[in-house]
Amino acid sequence: MADSPYLPTEAFARWRKMKSTAVTAVLVVCALAVIAPLFLVIYFLVVHGSSSIDWNFFTQLPKPTGETGGGMANAIVGTVTLLAMASIVGVPLGVLGGIYLAEYGSDRANDWLRFAADVLNGVPSIVWGMVVYLMLVVPFKTFSAYAGGVALGFMMVPLVMRTTEEVLILVPQSYREAALALGVARWKMIMVIVVRTALKGIATGVIVALARIAGETAPLLFTALGNNFWNHNLKEPIAALPLQIFAYAISPYDDWHRQAWAGALVLMALILALNIIVRVLSRDRIHKN
Amino acid sequence: MSKTPSSTSPLPEPGSRFPDFAFKWVAAGAAFMIVVLIVMVGWQLYAGSRMALSQFGFGFLWSSEWDPVQDKYGALPFIFGTLVSSLLALLIAVPLGVATAIFLTELAPLKLRQPIVMAIEMLAAVPSVIFGLWGIFVLIPWLRDHLFVWLRHYFGYLPLFQGPIYGVSMLAAGIVVAIMILPIITSISREILRSVPNLQREAAYALGATRWEVLKIAVLSYARRGLFGAAVLGLGRALGETMAVTMVIGNRPQISASLFAPGYTLASVIANEFTEATSDLYLNSLFELGLVLMGVAILVNAAAQLMLKSMTGSGPIKVN
Repeated sequence: MADSPYLPTEAFARWRKMKSTAVTAVLVVCALAVIAPLFLVIYFLVVHGSSSIDWNFFTQLPKPTGETGGGMANAIVGTVTLLAMASIVGVPLGVLGGIYLAEYGSDRANDWLRFAADVLNGVPSIVWGMVVYLMLVVPFKTFSAYAGGVALGFMMVPLVMRTTEEVLILVPQSYREAALALGVARWKMIMVIVVRTALKGIATGVIVALARIAGETAPLLFTALGNNFWNHNLKEPIAALPLQIFAYAISPYDDWHRQAWAGALVLMALILALNIIVRVLSRDRIHKN
Repeated sequence: MSKTPSSTSPLPEPGSRFPDFAFKWVAAGAAFMIVVLIVMVGWQLYAGSRMALSQFGFGFLWSSEWDPVQDKYGALPFIFGTLVSSLLALLIAVPLGVATAIFLTELAPLKLRQPIVMAIEMLAAVPSVIFGLWGIFVLIPWLRDHLFVWLRHYFGYLPLFQGPIYGVSMLAAGIVVAIMILPIITSISREILRSVPNLQREAAYALGATRWEVLKIAVLSYARRGLFGAAVLGLGRALGETMAVTMVIGNRPQISASLFAPGYTLASVIANEFTEATSDLYLNSLFELGLVLMGVAILVNAAAQLMLKSMTGSGPIKVN
């Protein structure tokens, strides 16, 4: 009825305009609704977190149940350790894989590999935990920092591989031709000219991947396990910020809830810092091109 | 590259070809690790669940008994919980995400676009466990005291909104997951809408269409398939969501018509019970849940990739 072409033209035109305005308003409201959660999360993180952060938080171990105070020093160090170990696994595999895709692979094989990387990217993170549990925890009969690092590292591989490929493709073909024309071996040309040129882009990709896995909890549950003390041996369980936040959030103690907020604020700050580094790095790249 | 006497040539002796060869194969090995990893994930899950597979067969999928004391296991409540919470999340996130993408590509002032896109990217960077923490202490109390009460008051005649309100519930999980998949749905939808040729829009405007009519006849109809792909990709993400869901869904293996009732998902039962599994069969059953989860997630993801690929034609869309 509303769309009937037999309505008086003017009224009909007004109706159509009204409808258009209404839709516009709905779209604006939707956009606001989408970004609102970000501000709500950050607001509560800052409100609850900042009041709980003190010097002890960064320097002390968690206190046993029932005692107030203590901190998450071991979890902060643990997260950094796990990220470093994940990089050792994920960066070489991802970068070399990206080099293969950009420099060697045939179109057809590449399509399949890219597809496989995207599918692998969609494997739920908890599944990585189970797989690495069978690979490294069962055979060695202990939860360990190694297992946690490997689980996170595997998650990095497809991410790093795809971004490496993307930035290597951007390196002008003439660079490669010039190097080869000078008689440089292909592998040297790739490492010294191509990778070197794209180094910043590759680093950006690695940091993006690190930011993605820094907050991962599920793959660590049955690999790194968590630890209330300092980890002195990577063959033993290690604490991590996300694990500690999870354990404290579902605990019944107010003081632990307070610390969970503080931990969440620190974790979020770490991830934001990584994202800011990415922004700075990629802004330079855009300027240069 | 014939052998030239070094005395007459300015070039160094051509070196051995071995480093070149080795480098190529090392790189190829790294690239094919992707395939190895996929096979390994599948194999390990299968190996870990062999005992449960042979014990329960396909009955595992539709048995709703989950009783570690009697060593009887069935996946149905978890499959139900995963599907319902993910579909709820899609129901909320797809309209919002697509609408935001439309807002960003079609009508937001240019100055506003970049900040909004950045805010959405930041939302994507918030870890699952932080959404869970926020869900427990901020969202759930609010839902319990306001939204759920309101829903029961006005829509209580529907079985969906009946029963006691605990706060932790299927609906809370759906809402949290919706927030978490909004960024990916929005950004993929935005890519899709940006690939709609401007000629489409201009033609519609030239015929005197209003903004809404342009959207309807020129933009959305053109982008429909891609937007569907974005939704499927969001579903893939929602299915595997673990930590935030575990923290807000209530973790009770039951099948209830009410969205206010607690539920349990595949991912969260694994997260909660894996380290406490006392018998081999128990652990095997959890692995089988993982196998089901991964199977579904990979299928959904692969389908989404194919859909998006055929939509954009040139090159795959970046999904991370």
